[in-house]
Amino acid sequence: MNLRIKASYIEIAFPFVASVLMILGASTVFPEFLSATYLLQQLQIAAFLGVIALGATVVILLGHIDLSVPWALGGAAIISTTLVGTDHAVLTVLAVPAALLFGAFVGIINGIGVAWFRIPSMVWTLAVNSMLLGVAVLNTGGFNPKGAASNLMITLATGQIARVPVAFIVWIALAIAMMLFLKRGGFGRYLSSIGYNEKATYLAGVSTSGVIFIAFMIAGTCSALGGVLLAGYANQAYQSMGDPYLMPTIAAVVIGGTSILGGKGSLVGTIGGVTFITLLSSILSVMQISEAWRNIIFGCIIIVMLLLQTFKHRRS
Amino acid sequence: MNKAKHPLIRLHGVTKRYGATVALDNVDFSCFPAEIHAILGENGAGKSTLMKLLSGVIQPSEGDVFVDEEIIRLKSPGHAIDRGLICMFQELSLVPDLSVRENLLLGAKDARYGFAKKHHLADARVLLDKIDASHVQLSTRVSDLTLAERQQVEIAKALSRQPRLLILDEATSALNSTVVEKVFDLIREQRDRGTGVLFISHRFHEIEAIADKISVFRNGQHIETFANGQYNYGAIINKMVGQSLTELFPTPAPRTISSTVLTLDSLSWNGEIKDVSIDVKAGQILGLGGLDGQGQNHVLQALFGLLKHTTGDAAVNGTQGMPRSPKAAKGKKYGLAWVPEDRKKEGLILEQSIQDNLQLAALGHASAPAQAVFEKLISSLELKYQSLEQPVAALSGGNQQKVSLIKWLVISPTCLLLSDPTRGIDVKTKTQIYQLLVELSKQGIAIILLSSDYEELVHLCHQVHIFYDGEIVDTLSDESLNAQNIIAASLNMHKKSSEAHA
Amino acid sequence: MLDVFKRYRRECIAFFVLFALLSLYIATHPRGASTYVMTIWANQCLILALAAIAQFFVVVVRGIDLSVGAVMALTNCAASYLLNGSGFELVYGSFMVIALGTACGLINGLIVVFGRIQPIIVTLATGSIFTGLALLLRPTPGGSINYDFADAMTLDIVGIPTAVWIALLIILLFWFPLRQSGMGRSIYAIGSSEQAAFQSGISVNTVRIIAFALGGTFAGLAGSYFSYVTATGDAGIAANFTLNSIAAVVLGGVALSGGVGTLIGALLGACILKTISSLMFFSGLPPLAQPLIEGLVLATAIAIGSFGILTEKNRLRVFD
Repeated sequence: MNLRIKASYIEIAFPFVASVLMILGASTVFPEFLSATYLLQQLQIAAFLGVIALGATVVILLGHIDLSVPWALGGAAIISTTLVGTDHAVLTVLAVPAALLFGAFVGIINGIGVAWFRIPSMVWTLAVNSMLLGVAVLNTGGFNPKGAASNLMITLATGQIARVPVAFIVWIALAIAMMLFLKRGGFGRYLSSIGYNEKATYLAGVSTSGVIFIAFMIAGTCSALGGVLLAGYANQAYQSMGDPYLMPTIAAVVIGGTSILGGKGSLVGTIGGVTFITLLSSILSVMQISEAWRNIIFGCIIIVMLLLQTFKHRRS
Repeated sequence: MNKAKHPLIRLHGVTKRYGATVALDNVDFSCFPAEIHAILGENGAGKSTLMKLLSGVIQPSEGDVFVDEEIIRLKSPGHAIDRGLICMFQELSLVPDLSVRENLLLGAKDARYGFAKKHHLADARVLLDKIDASHVQLSTRVSDLTLAERQQVEIAKALSRQPRLLILDEATSALNSTVVEKVFDLIREQRDRGTGVLFISHRFHEIEAIADKISVFRNGQHIETFANGQYNYGAIINKMVGQSLTELFPTPAPRTISSTVLTLDSLSWNGEIKDVSIDVKAGQILGLGGLDGQGQNHVLQALFGLLKHTTGDAAVNGTQGMPRSPKAAKGKKYGLAWVPEDRKKEGLILEQSIQDNLQLAALGHASAPAQAVFEKLISSLELKYQSLEQPVAALSGGNQQKVSLIKWLVISPTCLLLSDPTRGIDVKTKTQIYQLLVELSKQGIAIILLSSDYEELVHLCHQVHIFYDGEIVDTLSDESLNAQNIIAASLNMHKKSSEAHA
Repeated sequence: MLDVFKRYRRECIAFFVLFALLSLYIATHPRGASTYVMTIWANQCLILALAAIAQFFVVVVRGIDLSVGAVMALTNCAASYLLNGSGFELVYGSFMVIALGTACGLINGLIVVFGRIQPIIVTLATGSIFTGLALLLRPTPGGSINYDFADAMTLDIVGIPTAVWIALLIILLFWFPLRQSGMGRSIYAIGSSEQAAFQSGISVNTVRIIAFALGGTFAGLAGSYFSYVTATGDAGIAANFTLNSIAAVVLGGVALSGGVGTLIGALLGACILKTISSLMFFSGLPPLAQPLIEGLVLATAIAIGSFGILTEKNRLRVFD
């Protein structure tokens, strides 16, 4: 019993330790990596990927995947900035809730395909993503939509409280809220059971389709929140702003120790994974490495990290 | 048996460990050519580990395996097959999405990755015909076959590979007695040709019928090898269990007059359940019998809310109508619990811990059971485990089945539905489960027991419905409840006289 | 005959759908069923079809290859250096490009098998590496392909597009023999039930690596053919082809859970997908609505195959 708990603690600590080692290593070349300004800025940047990855973790725990992240994110950004852009007081206030509702709605569409029609989530969410893209193109004419971020959005994305980025606080608050939700009523246990064996979970008297629906709604809402934050950060929405976030999200969740097959994993691990991925890309771009080499190094490090994980696993 | 010959395979000081668990403990064992050698032992005695070792699925932690008196390290099943060690696994080794033809060829020694030769298939076809499987077409997908047909294909696949040592692990568990007899003829034919046969079965009468020699295993150790017939049934059971086993079946609870818990009135579904009416009272054990797949399992599925568009009336625990999902079925309104037959895929989540599995059904249930409830059941069923945190997959089959039973008992159902709860389970666990069922019925729980073992139906049930082609063709109780009547009714050949009793 | 239809139901449906779509396309196209129209159509289809076949080999052994597009980009960039000579250089170059693709697939397979990491993650990471390598070769699109060679591969032979001949060659000389061989059986077997395949004596690791390598080979072929059609090297083509190759195999009846589907199905699925977008181009729909229609068609096509689930009378069956 003790052994298992120890092993899982090590697993969760792994991406955090790796992040610290990486930043220490990089600081030997560029000492400013250890400055508070730089690190706090990284926490802000990490928060964008972080909120999305929290949602993705819930879906991946189920053994599913959500490839509609890019346009759930993009759509939410477009909706919120467009509403703010109307300069109407009420619509400005409604911008964030509307964007989050949109995210939940995308989750419902994903849930219909996956839970009711039992289409593999990898295909269905891909199709949902391309439909969302279609809707966005039709509405915006393929141009970046006019509009702006509200003060609330800007504060959420770029504000600071005692030098701590608000975005980081939002991220951690969301993580804590989700952890509490997963503990309550055994929702987290249902996720994991379905991830391992959906049929047996259903036969144990669990409404598995209900759980799948809620999980995808959480994921959609998280992606939308990511979109709201990014729109606040850039003070606008732009076409395909979500595309660069899909693959890093999956990589962060997996490096955080969540099995892509479902069942095993944790939100804390995902926070570590997000930190690692964010620092890695930041260090690579600060060092002015070309895009080609950034891609190569990024891929190699992910593989090495996962090899280390499985290697540890096999030894224990 | 030619004693002068050297053994075909010989194990010397073989030990197999899984972490802290010792599955085989310093085993010396030999099998000679031209003998049928039965292996007996409870679940967890090491039989399956022995088979896996000889078929190259796993490698020993210590000790040597000799084939033809030459030390061999069997690296993989492919390696074992090349040596003529052919195993028919308990967990069927057929690929569901491939046709029968492709499965028969899969991995064959001289056509493993290249192209097959004509004679391969011709041989297999002849073998299939010999064991009453001439209706199985070579182009059928294996997933469309019944369990019995799959076993027949599996047997043909093994025999068509010219085994020198044939390992049969519960090879005939789904076959009826006529087919089993034909399979035995083929096995004897193999033996007479000089093949060594290792035979594992839980059906004792089968072993009595076919074995030349019997080896008993217990707790990973090879206890004794003796000629078939040297000891009687009781003595052999004692060797397996290590202690004298009292009665296999406990005395059933007396039938008392009590209230009805569950009624079905002319239930029909999809042509697979036809006009079935059932009435179960508190404290009653109702048996459902018949050949495999005659609709009895569907009745349990319907009761547990798994079948859509059923017709007919139902009342469970005072609630009218069928539950529409397992979640509804287990709720207080219905108070049902179902232990499905396939514990690995349906009853349990193998990767999760014992603890998590035990709690899953009760999770989110209105009245969460106290820890003491779990502990009481665990100790009364003598669940053997090292830690509640260990994954259920690490338990033996019998202990897994105990977990899937306890998981449901903790929510105190009013009616317990069981699908063949003792299939493929060792004698000791069986008696524990029987004891438990009688105990539960004394407490007033209604039980519907689906079983393919007529002994269970005779000794445990107050009343038995026999299914044939989706219908109840006979209802047996009291004096009429005996093996002959069950078998006759199962084949739909029952006489008027037995109907008179019902 | 009826038996064949039953067994290959998904492929037959895909074939009829393609036939209907293609007829519609020819009918709406201003120039009708000319060799020219058919050749352009076939070339576009073959690129995606080869990518889909690459995806098929990985999917059938229960994997998913997110690096298909990246391997195409890499081989495409390599081709833009290797395929602009003449004579023997072209033969050597073609061989090297395909070998490069195979090597990429082999690397994926080796990491998946010996690193014991899920294919989706491995190929996500290697995809990033392959894209990086492609960018090293061609930071901006450029280079060229020998025009005569490219023409020969992308025009027609006796009035039938070369692309169609290539597809036929792949089916007759590669796929049918493979399907009859023990290797073909083994690939399906480990996708359908790895345990059963292992116990039947199959070397699961070797077969899985070979399947990934075959996937790489076809991704290399797709990259090569893309080069013939576009006559330049471009490192930025990855994302679209990866996702479309997945959509194509699903449309062609290949199960993402492994063990089910055929190379022909993958090919048909790719053609359906391409024909839909070509059809859209000539349909007179407003261009802005086209992405939405494409998305809707894809979603509907995927959902249609799943309507059966609603009529399933046993709630337990949906989990199989």
